[in-house]
Amino acid sequence: MNARVDRSEPEMVTLEVDGVELQAPKGSMLIQATDPAGIDIPRFCYHRKLSIAANCRMCLVEVERAPKPLPACATPVAEGMKVWTRSKGAVAAQRGVMEFLLINHPLDCPICDQGGECELQDLSMGFGRSLSRFSERKRVVKDEDLGPLVATEMTRCIHCTRCVRFLDEIAGQYELGGMYRGEHMEISTFSGRGVRSELSGNIIDLCPVGALTSKPFRFRARAWEMLSHPGIAPHDAIGSNLYIHQVQGTVKRVVPRDNEKINESWIADRDRFSYEGVYSPDRLQRPLLRRGDTWEEVKWQDALQATVMGLQRTVGEYGTEQLGAWVSPSATLEEMYLLGRLLRGLGCHNIDHRLRQADFRDDTVAPAFPYLGLPLVDVERLDAALVIGSYTRWDLPLFNHRLRKAALAGGKVMFLNPRAFDWNFPLADEYVVSVRDFAVELALIVAALAEYKAVARPERLDTWLARRAPTAVHRRIAERLAQGERSGVFVGALVEAHPAGAELRALAALLAELSGSGYGVLSQGANSAGAWQVGAIPQRQPGHAGKSGLNLRQMIEEPRRGLILFNVEPEFDCWDSAAAQQAVAAAEFVLVFSPYVTEAMRAYADVILPMATFTETAGTFVNAEGLWQSFSGLTKPPGEARPAWRILRVLGNQLGLEGFEYNAPNEIYSEIRELIDHGTPPALPKWQPAGLEPVKLDGLLRVGTTGIYALDPLVRRAAALQRTVQADDALAYLAPQTAARLGIEGGAQVRVCQRSQAVQLRAHLDPDLPADTVWISAGLSATAALGPMIGQLTVECL
Amino acid sequence: MKRESLSEKHLSAEQRSEIDHWLAKFPGEGKRSAVIPALHIAQEGNGGWLSRELMEAVAEYLELPPVAVYEVGTFYSMFDLKPTGRHKVNICTNISCLLRGAERIVEHVENKLGISVGETTADGRITLKGEEECLAACAAAPMMLVDEEYHVDLTPEKVDEILDKLE
Repeated sequence: MNARVDRSEPEMVTLEVDGVELQAPKGSMLIQATDPAGIDIPRFCYHRKLSIAANCRMCLVEVERAPKPLPACATPVAEGMKVWTRSKGAVAAQRGVMEFLLINHPLDCPICDQGGECELQDLSMGFGRSLSRFSERKRVVKDEDLGPLVATEMTRCIHCTRCVRFLDEIAGQYELGGMYRGEHMEISTFSGRGVRSELSGNIIDLCPVGALTSKPFRFRARAWEMLSHPGIAPHDAIGSNLYIHQVQGTVKRVVPRDNEKINESWIADRDRFSYEGVYSPDRLQRPLLRRGDTWEEVKWQDALQATVMGLQRTVGEYGTEQLGAWVSPSATLEEMYLLGRLLRGLGCHNIDHRLRQADFRDDTVAPAFPYLGLPLVDVERLDAALVIGSYTRWDLPLFNHRLRKAALAGGKVMFLNPRAFDWNFPLADEYVVSVRDFAVELALIVAALAEYKAVARPERLDTWLARRAPTAVHRRIAERLAQGERSGVFVGALVEAHPAGAELRALAALLAELSGSGYGVLSQGANSAGAWQVGAIPQRQPGHAGKSGLNLRQMIEEPRRGLILFNVEPEFDCWDSAAAQQAVAAAEFVLVFSPYVTEAMRAYADVILPMATFTETAGTFVNAEGLWQSFSGLTKPPGEARPAWRILRVLGNQLGLEGFEYNAPNEIYSEIRELIDHGTPPALPKWQPAGLEPVKLDGLLRVGTTGIYALDPLVRRAAALQRTVQADDALAYLAPQTAARLGIEGGAQVRVCQRSQAVQLRAHLDPDLPADTVWISAGLSATAALGPMIGQLTVECL
Repeated sequence: MKRESLSEKHLSAEQRSEIDHWLAKFPGEGKRSAVIPALHIAQEGNGGWLSRELMEAVAEYLELPPVAVYEVGTFYSMFDLKPTGRHKVNICTNISCLLRGAERIVEHVENKLGISVGETTADGRITLKGEEECLAACAAAPMMLVDEEYHVDLTPEKVDEILDKLE
């Protein structure tokens, strides 16, 4: 994993553009030299992140000794080259191109969403004629439905092919193409299947005209009315940088904010369209208090008083140990810190954000926080990577994008998964095995590595080898990791949800250590790394270990009398949603912090406090590489909803706890910052197998991760995302031989049962599944009644 | 159970081996280069036109994204995307032929067959293909291409004679 210094200085050439002397690396294009120098050359098809198409011809410039104007995007720089970008000849060429582009472009700017931020509109101000000489018929192109996210108005298209190239080159899913030719050319899918990439929204930003616009944003606001504020994406551990656009306190849309170290120029659709969840009809406007079997909207004062009484009564009657708090892994650092302090102030350590974790046996040896193992930018330079238990396209779309870059650059990207997924790049290996055998397979790779390195097998490895010997695939994976100068081993969502997760993490870290790879955790939510550091886990307090409380699984298995749910919906957000719902129902006092109110909450809660979400609160997220990113609140929460840090502050005061006198979130931030050593990335966990006994899984297994758009309360309420094909995943996937054995046909309705909880789903046959596995996604209404994300189940035909 | 293979479903073993013959002519990674011959082979085996499924079968066989094949299939006028008649008549209407009376020829054929450009006769005998561009026989304009045969120095009488012979 040692960074290799191989960036030798490129050979530079000197050229002159508009009388200004410039230096540029040999082989680069003219526009790549003029852009950094601030010399503006008009363009439509050129984009620095995409391949060069040179098809719009807008960037024509005059070059000394060239008989014709040349496109700056496709003309390599040369020593002594003289270029004029604004000369009479250059401008005449640019005007000519503009005239052609406008021939078929409709004059519908007043009703076009792109109006005011349109590259064609801007450039036509500079280069267009005020009157058209074209009196013939304009062409009309029929619009295509690309799905719920991207709106089309294809008559406006100028065929720059940025969208085509993005989907092919960046998203890895060649879904749009240039169909027909000449005047009949259309950008289209042809098949009518729509655009389904999880990064599809970026084509909206790339489109220089109003051909591709945002469907949820359509006709909602004009570019010049909106104010733009920086923000951080609240869903995954990437921490994509955003611009949030609002008008008079209402968020209208979200677009990427360039940050080469994190999200480059892109964001995932999940981060772009989830803002719709801020305006979900079930937003809670005022605190709610249970009065017997009815609910009453009350003043904050009364709600807080009832909260204090409820907490104190629970503590008084049953002791502080009977309290517990479940925290969303996407809560802000400040919220987690205050909630942790509040609970510990009452003498209770039962707080956890690891909603989807199954195995906690390695809590005491775990590193300071779930670290990616290396900076995100370095992922694309990996020579070899092994990802264990993740469909990275869904779990962390922009991490997957970096992995894809590594694979395209020749890196060997390998997966150990219980299912073959639909990948957007070539994998060096997709090793599909049952989750039952994950530990054995990892141990076999470790054994192969020990053989390759001619070192002794690590202590107790035999416990997991199950008398098996490494085969070709284990040796191949081990050797690639060992040979790669920069390699990484990553554990994903399925390791977190695995009942033997502690063994898998230990074996993966061992594999990383022996092969000289980085060890990375693909953690849940936007702030797992923060949660570990500020004490949203039972065994550690900010900056130090402390007296330990119960972890999430223990709080479910031994239900608490008093529960605090912090932006958690147990039926969707927990590893074992059936048991989680039972634990919540069993509690006598349930305090809910939530931006929303649902029928389920009305059934189990006693007090519901309306909290601010996403754009409405200030806070900090720590991403998977340990980067602290703060953001401020931009819009007002609806009604009397309040930022949660304020609610917690007042609650702390009313409970008589000390040090809850913050006036602003940055005071909380500074306090946290002083407590935590945030400079050093955590060390690799050491191989400590003593006492770690293999957990066995029996019978037919339900296996499933949370769907891409089912991850958290906000995204589950984003209407457009919920209409995508990815969201429609309430199926029971099973192998044909398993289906045959159970007498089930593809497409049939089946009854799926975990413990005593059953749901009805449609069966879907998938030949790329192990025979003992039934894949059922978590986080969906249709699967909410089921048990563990990895656990026994039965399936029967209806 | 194997996944359903589109190429096995829509392309015969002979067609696939014919495509292999073309693939062998290009360097290993140049599967894209074989798209045009493969589409010709597929079209010929399908009564002269390409369905979307057929293009997808070609894409699958060449391990290309379907869009890459649709792009080619829609670009060239020698690929038809709708069912055609038994014979395809292409009358050049580009500049040289136009100056030598191609429009009159088109009109004559339209009247004779009772169809417009782009249509097929009711008996499925002839498709008069839409707007054909230069086929490089300007020296003997006007010209037309019937199936794979060039006919030059056209007059209405000569056209009648040629078309009447088509089965």
